[in-house]
Amino acid sequence: MDKNKRRAYIINTIAIVTLYLAFFILIQTKTMNKYFIGIAILTCIMIIMAMSLNIVAGFLGEMALGHAGFMAIGAYSSASFSIALFNSGIILPDLVVLILAMIVGGMVAGIFGILIGTPTLRLRGDYLGIVTIGFSEIIRIFFINFQPTGGAAGLKGITKLVNFNNVYWITIVIAILIFTFGRSKHGRAIISIREDEIASESAGVPTTRYKVLAFSLAAFFAGLGGALYAHYIAFLEPSKFNFMFSIEMFVIVVLGGLGSLTGSIISAIVLTTLPEMLRGFAQYRLLVYSLVLIIMMIFRPQGIFGRTEFSLTGAIDLLILRKNTKKSVDGGKS
Amino acid sequence: MKKRVASVLLAAIFVASIFIFAGCSSSGSKSDVIKVGFIGPTTGDAAIYGTSARDGAMLAVAEINAAGGVNGKQLELIAYDSKGDQTEAINAYNRLRDQDGVVAVIGGTLSGETLAMKDIMVQDNMPVLSPTATAVDVTVDAPNIFRVCFLDSYQGAAAANFSADTLGAKTAALLIGTGNPYSEGVSAAYQTAFVAKGGTIVGSESYGTTDKDFSAQLTKIKEMNPEVIFVPDYVQTVGPILQKAKEMGITSTFIGADGWDGVQVDYAAAAQGNYFTNHYAADSPSATVQNFIKAYNTKYTKVPNSFSALGYDAAYVMAQAIKTAGSTESAAIITALAATDYSGVTGNLKFDANGDPKDKEVTIIKIDGGQLKFVTTVVNK
Amino acid sequence: MNLFLQQVINGLNVGSIYALIAIGYTMVYGIIKLINFAHGEIMMFGAYFAFIAATSFQMPVWAILLLVMTIMAIIGVAIEFVAYRPLRNAPRLSALITAIGVSLFLQNLALLIFKPEPKIMPKLFPEMTFSVGGIDISSTTLIIIGLSLVFMVLLDLYIRKTKQGRAMRAVSEDKDAAILMGVNVNRTISLTFALGSALGALGGILYSVAYIQIYPTMGVMPGLKAFIAAVLGGIGIVPGAMLGGFIIGMVETLTKAYLSTTWADAIVFGILIIVLLFKPTGILGKNTREKV
Repeated sequence: MDKNKRRAYIINTIAIVTLYLAFFILIQTKTMNKYFIGIAILTCIMIIMAMSLNIVAGFLGEMALGHAGFMAIGAYSSASFSIALFNSGIILPDLVVLILAMIVGGMVAGIFGILIGTPTLRLRGDYLGIVTIGFSEIIRIFFINFQPTGGAAGLKGITKLVNFNNVYWITIVIAILIFTFGRSKHGRAIISIREDEIASESAGVPTTRYKVLAFSLAAFFAGLGGALYAHYIAFLEPSKFNFMFSIEMFVIVVLGGLGSLTGSIISAIVLTTLPEMLRGFAQYRLLVYSLVLIIMMIFRPQGIFGRTEFSLTGAIDLLILRKNTKKSVDGGKS
Repeated sequence: MKKRVASVLLAAIFVASIFIFAGCSSSGSKSDVIKVGFIGPTTGDAAIYGTSARDGAMLAVAEINAAGGVNGKQLELIAYDSKGDQTEAINAYNRLRDQDGVVAVIGGTLSGETLAMKDIMVQDNMPVLSPTATAVDVTVDAPNIFRVCFLDSYQGAAAANFSADTLGAKTAALLIGTGNPYSEGVSAAYQTAFVAKGGTIVGSESYGTTDKDFSAQLTKIKEMNPEVIFVPDYVQTVGPILQKAKEMGITSTFIGADGWDGVQVDYAAAAQGNYFTNHYAADSPSATVQNFIKAYNTKYTKVPNSFSALGYDAAYVMAQAIKTAGSTESAAIITALAATDYSGVTGNLKFDANGDPKDKEVTIIKIDGGQLKFVTTVVNK
Repeated sequence: MNLFLQQVINGLNVGSIYALIAIGYTMVYGIIKLINFAHGEIMMFGAYFAFIAATSFQMPVWAILLLVMTIMAIIGVAIEFVAYRPLRNAPRLSALITAIGVSLFLQNLALLIFKPEPKIMPKLFPEMTFSVGGIDISSTTLIIIGLSLVFMVLLDLYIRKTKQGRAMRAVSEDKDAAILMGVNVNRTISLTFALGSALGALGGILYSVAYIQIYPTMGVMPGLKAFIAAVLGGIGIVPGAMLGGFIIGMVETLTKAYLSTTWADAIVFGILIIVLLFKPTGILGKNTREKV
């Protein structure tokens, strides 16, 4: 391990632990009440959703507008699993149940990702966009009509297993997984498809397989996010997973910068807390929200970070040590 | 250098804004007002229901304050938008509790959002009175949650009894909004009760929540030619259905539920001669009802619907409970709510063990010449 | 059989409105490759303006149509100028997000101005019912289908026969080449937005006449359906949008009538997916191999 890398690891670990401790102290001293904790948990879930969508939208560069559908599958399947587990009388620690439920939710969503991705990824651009909308709507209509999960009235009786402690660390783990994937051989193969599909195909990258991989992996992580959501809200309604929710997630990703995971994180934080900050404005809230969206896009069309990643070590070098070392995943081009 | 300064400044502003937002919103714990929260959709597809209930509750609060408030203090209704979305509703509720420090909550307006908030509300032991959430589960295992409206099953059965007994109908068709738990719940109860009375359901058609075109379903129902057609949905859906049915020359009698209230305003001609179950009769001689309709019309220049009436009653019941409790302690308010005996716009209100209205009268209304005419009352035992 | 024909008429009625709205999507897409999500809101505002013109000013029908279509054409051009033009050379997805932003903005603006209570569109057209061999057709249905067809034919002629129409086709084919040939690209794009928005407004008026209500979120569902119609027919191709609109309307109505009402939307999407899988550029789309 070279020196720079080790330094980066240490700095990032310290940052993650410090952030956690800061939250921990704020919660323990009741400075941060349940309202803020609730927003923090939802923000973590939205971070997972945005990063997972970024695998398809950012790394692969395809327009996927049906992310809510995969989230719904993950949420419903994990919730059904945990309800069945509690009914069977097997007693396990909460965290184990949550992780098992997440795995179930993620796997089921991932399998649907493969099933849906294999035929549809032959399409490109806007056509793929509309087909993903279509699938996500079909999934929603399915849950409206599917009585075993409560139909339109919703699925009740889910045990609440998610709290800030576990969701924070789960988000960190998922973030590390997605980061690592993005820099792995497979991740770079997927990015090469985005840059030039034909060139990467001639270079021997099996494009179809990698496209399906990216798609189903995004679905898998969306399923994990859905599972967390289900076990936080403890009540699922199909109407939540509508077309507008998919759009909301897509907006987060584009605003953060397509292909920039740190961008997704920052933008998920901003866009989840912004409507809450504006709550006092009542009916002007969504008006302001949409204006912010338009203005941000006009003045920064490539998103907050473009395609570059925000790097803590880089920031420290730049701001504190005044060194000028440019670091980014793919050359910092935006 | 300039860029760096700018970015540091921006970051500082962002962090500062978070703290300002955290700070300013928790600064309102004055002791001369009693804060009550309201949650309902005031934007999005379901905006009309949330705004109607909110307006009703606002009117009641204004009247209560004009009459001297509660326990010598003024009431303040803090209303937050839920967009009809579960997560938004939970955020709004958490904010009401932690930032605004409300002593009680009127809401949620829709069943879904209320069910989403239910667990936290029960944990907090927050006094909750939902004006309009009709799903059975809302009050189950929740000693702190009450509601003003009657349940889906209750008024569905009342409508069926009325169709069979008073109208003497033998055949009925159902037109159900799938994806809308209210419509599904009431229809299911209607079907059971109507069959129990010896009637036949000749057909059952459905539509989705976003559908606007009902011609396909109505064409089929026309062919079945039932004596009555049961359409339990809100005015926004029922109006166009009735209009289309009239255009198509369907002569069967339409029966509806409390969601129909207000149908006489915009769809008088199309709704002529049809019936629906409601919480109150607009032509009732009761002074409470007449005052409410008049005051609502003066304040908002529109005719109230059942949502406004229920929101109005909910605010009064809550105010009465706080008054009886003599304090703003949750436990005391809940005890007082449970012992409610209130006579409001929507009839006499007492709660059963679950927190649902007990033996509430269902009023049957006929739409006649753009007016709502009282027909009879039904009480299911 | 009569029942079936009746349902076909119902389908044509819905389909013609979808077709009108779909044209707006397809024209804008064809020329700047942008899915104009705000198109549904153009339709909604068109309906509101028609309502105001009809109730507050008691205008005759032809004046309402003319006035509202002109106003919405101007608003459409203004939206393009303010929100989309600065992003013309930006990544396409950014423009898409802006379009979503504009759509949300207009929706909430309408909520603020007009309040959530639905307005009831007065009967703009004389009410009559014709019975032909046991099938009932209302005059409104006939007028809606007729007006849509007339405007679609006019538009098609305009695009194919006039100089401006040729300019539009040239810009959508190859923008840079069109500039070299002396086409004023900005003006052509504005013109496209004007025409698309005017037809969208007409669609909104007809939609609100058929389904009587006008409310802030009324544009969302027909907008999405019309967008599907445009993609189904081959996005960017005007006759394709018309064909797609009629197919979607017909499929929707017939599914509701004979298969299932709750699954109708799912079946519409299912058909779209199947068509696209076998013909990835839509029914009338040309299959072009990606250039290397």
